[in-house]
Amino acid sequence: MRGIRKTGREKRRSMDYQKLKKAAMGIRKDVIAMVGEAKSGHPGGSLSCVDILVSLYFGSVMRYDSKDPECVERDRFVLAKGHAAPALYATLAHVGYLPHGELITLRKLGSRLQGHPDSNLVPGVEVSTGSLGQGLSISCGMACGLRLNKLDSNVFCLLGDGECEEGQVWEAAMFASHNCLDNLIAIVDNNELQIDGKVTEVCSPESLTERFAAFGWAVQEVDGHDFAALIDALVSAKEARCGKPQMIVAHTVKGKGVSFMEHQVSWHGKAPNGEEMRVALDELAAASDGRRACDYDLGGTEVCHG
Amino acid sequence: MVKLASAEQAKQKKATRAAYGKTLIELADEGLPVVAVDADLSASTTTATFAKQSEEYAQRFFNCGIAEQNMVDVAAGLACTGHIAFTGSFAVFGTGRAYDQIRNTVCYSNLNVKIAPTHAGVSVGPDGGSHQMLEDIALMRMLPRMRVLVPADYASARSAIRLAAQTPGPVYVRMGRANVPCVYDDDVSLEIGRSYVVHEGTDATIIACGVEVREALAAARLLDEEGISAEVIDAFSIKPLDEETILSSLEKTGCVVCAEEHSVIGGLGEAVCHLVATTSPHPVELVGVRDRFGKSGEFEELLTAFHLDALSIVDAVKKAMARKPL
Repeated sequence: MRGIRKTGREKRRSMDYQKLKKAAMGIRKDVIAMVGEAKSGHPGGSLSCVDILVSLYFGSVMRYDSKDPECVERDRFVLAKGHAAPALYATLAHVGYLPHGELITLRKLGSRLQGHPDSNLVPGVEVSTGSLGQGLSISCGMACGLRLNKLDSNVFCLLGDGECEEGQVWEAAMFASHNCLDNLIAIVDNNELQIDGKVTEVCSPESLTERFAAFGWAVQEVDGHDFAALIDALVSAKEARCGKPQMIVAHTVKGKGVSFMEHQVSWHGKAPNGEEMRVALDELAAASDGRRACDYDLGGTEVCHG
Repeated sequence: MVKLASAEQAKQKKATRAAYGKTLIELADEGLPVVAVDADLSASTTTATFAKQSEEYAQRFFNCGIAEQNMVDVAAGLACTGHIAFTGSFAVFGTGRAYDQIRNTVCYSNLNVKIAPTHAGVSVGPDGGSHQMLEDIALMRMLPRMRVLVPADYASARSAIRLAAQTPGPVYVRMGRANVPCVYDDDVSLEIGRSYVVHEGTDATIIACGVEVREALAAARLLDEEGISAEVIDAFSIKPLDEETILSSLEKTGCVVCAEEHSVIGGLGEAVCHLVATTSPHPVELVGVRDRFGKSGEFEELLTAFHLDALSIVDAVKKAMARKPL
């Protein structure tokens, strides 16, 4: 086991983190442009989980083929916190599941990009989500199904910390450990905020680490914006296969990357106006490729590039 | 005409739920990738029969414990990986407790999940109103993409489970606890979207589902003694509804009584009312539970107490006939 991890670490040491950072910044800009253009949506919880999505899709963690979305041996990804759909759609576009120009149709009549993901419409979306608390149960079923199919594929499930207030999450947590689902890797985007305020003040599920451990899961805690730490945790979780489901509590910042959105509960489900969108895109551009908001043609089909 | 039970077969009494586990075995033996997911009621629903059949089938059975919401979504995940997933539990928990899971995951994603709980209606008897599910047909009928089957006997329950497995997407199969007489031949093969004339008549149409089919047949015999010829239709497929069979019978008889072991709100009766009102207005009378919860009692006693018995159907037929235009 140590040998495998060492090999993995060595591989990751040579990983081009600049490429990941660039992808994350591109996705963040897309999220802002998509939600701004839609005039509604959830920027805060989308921005907080971008680095997790980038680690999964760009960090050689997940096995997938955007040219063959139904490939039998693929790993499965379930976005339990379905309101982070903009981040998922942008990620899927950056890896080739969707034409990038389609992102700007988010939430519009006739678009495939519904406010919350619809698996009948979007390649790469395994199951429709949006009603919180269900994704982990669905992931458990997928993990059982893959095992029955004698496939070594993994299921990755991304939950919100507020979402863990749903009782069904704990029904699933119990089921996963009882059935030794070690092909199931869950990640909590622990951004500490929900619509009504701080998670610890609304109805605290603290400590998630202790609670999932008590439910029989192997739990790691990481900085959810540190690619090296995230990828290390994800790879060790998928390689562990120790008879326990794997949980990664990723500490994140809601609204990450846009100064006026960071740690602000008011940006959970509110779209930036034109001026706010320009400032946000400029900030993100300054932090990455220097491309400014004026470079984006928000009225056209091609919004921004990865 | 569909093949009905022989005189010998009609003497047998079996519960619709008894067909569940056995039919899953049949389907699995035939090579279909069926799996069963239950919530601590596997002996009662008979999914345990499937699980106990072999080591392999045991691997294809998942007991979620007392956690119906998880049960439905685990079934959804299994369906996502190519399996035909059947859920268990009692109708009250298997639909009501997990409604959002059925709506937002199973139906919205259009997954190959079969919601097939048992112990629907007043057949749970002494357990009382908390356990007597009288709203499940309404809940399931409302959902886009959901098909709703209500078998009347063991043979049609077997056929319904087979149809559910063979039909892609969500299907609801409603089964009961009580032993009911056989209506159909043991090997009957029914269809989704079809209703079946199980007794021909000319003066009134009785459309029934589930256990009410036997009550409707008894009512037809009583009416016959009074010189009234009632046609009995087993609705079987409540959604989609067999408009052709129902309307052609109605054209002949000129009035209809709907009978169901379910609330008169949202069930078979309202489905037929919708059809009749929008196509061919004729008198309709409803036999069902009238906007109230159930209560403890033996099954047969409850059928009488809630006016679901043959005599209540007889009264409803006479009322419907009296309302026919002269």
